[in-house]
Amino acid sequence: MKNTAGKGRGLVHLRKNSVYVLLLLPAIAYVLLFSYVPMAGVSMAFKNYNYSKGLFESPWVGLKNFRFLVVSNKLWPLTRNTLLYNLAFIVVGMVMEVGFAIIINEMKCRWFKKTFQSFIFLPYFISWVVASAVIQTMLDFDNGLISRVVKGLGGTMTNVYTNTAPWPFLLVFFRMWKGVGYGSIIYLSAIAGIDTEMYEAAEIDGANSWQKVFRITIPNLVPTMVIMFLLACGQIFRGDFGMFYQLIGNNGVLLPVGDILDLYIYRAMAGTANLGYGAAAGFYQSLLCFVTIILANFIVKKIQPDYTLF
Amino acid sequence: MLTMQRRKKLPMNEFLFRATGYALLFTFGMLCVIPFYLIVISSFASESALIRNGFALIPEEFSLEAYNLVFTNPWRIGRAYLNTTFCTVVGTLLSLFLCTLTGYILSRRSFDWRNAFSFFFFFTTLFSGGLIPWYILCTKVLHFKNTFRALILPMAFPVWNMIIAKNYMRGVPHEISESAMIDGAGELTIFFKLYLPISKPLLATLGLFSALGYWNDWYNSMLFSTKQEMQSLQYFLQDMLSTAKALKDLISNGYLDAAQNISLPTTSMRMAMTCVVIGPIIFLYPLVQRYFIKGLTIGAVKG
Repeated sequence: MKNTAGKGRGLVHLRKNSVYVLLLLPAIAYVLLFSYVPMAGVSMAFKNYNYSKGLFESPWVGLKNFRFLVVSNKLWPLTRNTLLYNLAFIVVGMVMEVGFAIIINEMKCRWFKKTFQSFIFLPYFISWVVASAVIQTMLDFDNGLISRVVKGLGGTMTNVYTNTAPWPFLLVFFRMWKGVGYGSIIYLSAIAGIDTEMYEAAEIDGANSWQKVFRITIPNLVPTMVIMFLLACGQIFRGDFGMFYQLIGNNGVLLPVGDILDLYIYRAMAGTANLGYGAAAGFYQSLLCFVTIILANFIVKKIQPDYTLF
Repeated sequence: MLTMQRRKKLPMNEFLFRATGYALLFTFGMLCVIPFYLIVISSFASESALIRNGFALIPEEFSLEAYNLVFTNPWRIGRAYLNTTFCTVVGTLLSLFLCTLTGYILSRRSFDWRNAFSFFFFFTTLFSGGLIPWYILCTKVLHFKNTFRALILPMAFPVWNMIIAKNYMRGVPHEISESAMIDGAGELTIFFKLYLPISKPLLATLGLFSALGYWNDWYNSMLFSTKQEMQSLQYFLQDMLSTAKALKDLISNGYLDAAQNISLPTTSMRMAMTCVVIGPIIFLYPLVQRYFIKGLTIGAVKG
């Protein structure tokens, strides 16, 4: 190969690589169709889209769709809800996931550890449809378990489905309920990768378990935490549609505290409202996510290049 | 004196450390598992006992009445089961093929354009056109309404799974493929005969996650299945539950008379239906969860 000079080498080079490209073709076609073609479709955000006319025939309207979202006072509450819920999910999630990973790792009793690890992993395996059904029976006003316990203790139960106040907490709780088991496994495997000599050295120096956790385990988990944080940043303006749709859905009473960009976009699509508004909100959302992840990755790169995503 | 004191203090510290751990894991674990227990138990309870006592931790009257009701008309739920099973099998195989083949190619050091193509795929995780352009493409151009491809294709190539496959295959010793190349094996032969057999842990993990995704999918069915016979299992459940809830609301608001005897799914019947939908997962869970746990540790998530 080394002796093949000039033109011959170029041809071999091309032939060799084109075999690879050929084998990539199914995936390339898939991604072009399902990801890149819709990217071109963001032009809808700048059009007065008419379903029967189609994308190309619909007239351009400039920033009118975006102006509508701002003027109708939709954009800010939706953005705020989406961002704040995601921030809460990230922060509370990270604390709980790291916490449970450490607890499971330190646990001496094997059967207890195994059993309860699979218990907390269980909700991850069901869909939000089932989760919502489970949650509704728990929260049921008339004969749900929680209201029965509250009534049994002599308290008065409010109907949570007509009361907005508890929902920010409930949503964070349910998200944790469903996701912490999964997340803790990622940290558990990171803990398994920590050099045990560090713990042995610390033991010789007389460190107790708390000190070992806070001085060795947690600092060693920082790279994983940063990667998980960066991954979450890329989706920080994208809400968990499944959860919000199944738990809040079209409940008009709860919408002010539970409406997120994804729900609005879905309503624009499913309803009779102008598709252009939904497309504008979608483009706005994608752009925010893109800027956030690039920015977050850039900042991490400045501080500690080893921890970046790309 | 000093050592005495320290020895006394240490066990207290350690005791607190252990106790906190056990208490927290026990509480959270119970919160995760009790709802499922209640659903299963109340599906075997008689409707009258449920109305009288609400959901109870200990079943009072055992009854199969709810399951009889669910299976009196097995056609619809059976069809949803079939749809989901079919999509899970086909979709998982397709996504495994696409993810591992693509991951394999992008992991090849002799592929000079691998970085450019990797970026081509990775970029789709950074930016997307949004739901509405995608939906219009699927309905207007690809005619997804009421088809199986609508339930299979949207999840057939998860780019993150491909990246996991790529990272995994990058860890396969280079010499294996080199010696095969010298023996005259082509890329496809190397992929199928050498890489896939040694990537069984990868295949198990990606396959399980894919299968879980297909089994639990209601979203694509909600978007594209307007006919009952094309509903996925989860969407069927959602449909039934929301109909039941809507009827219940109408009755409690006095718009409908409960005595009109419309076929309103009873509470225990809804529980039974939920059990039928999650049944396979609950039964398979003890067997497969350790593969999930193992699998999560393979393939780091770096682009």
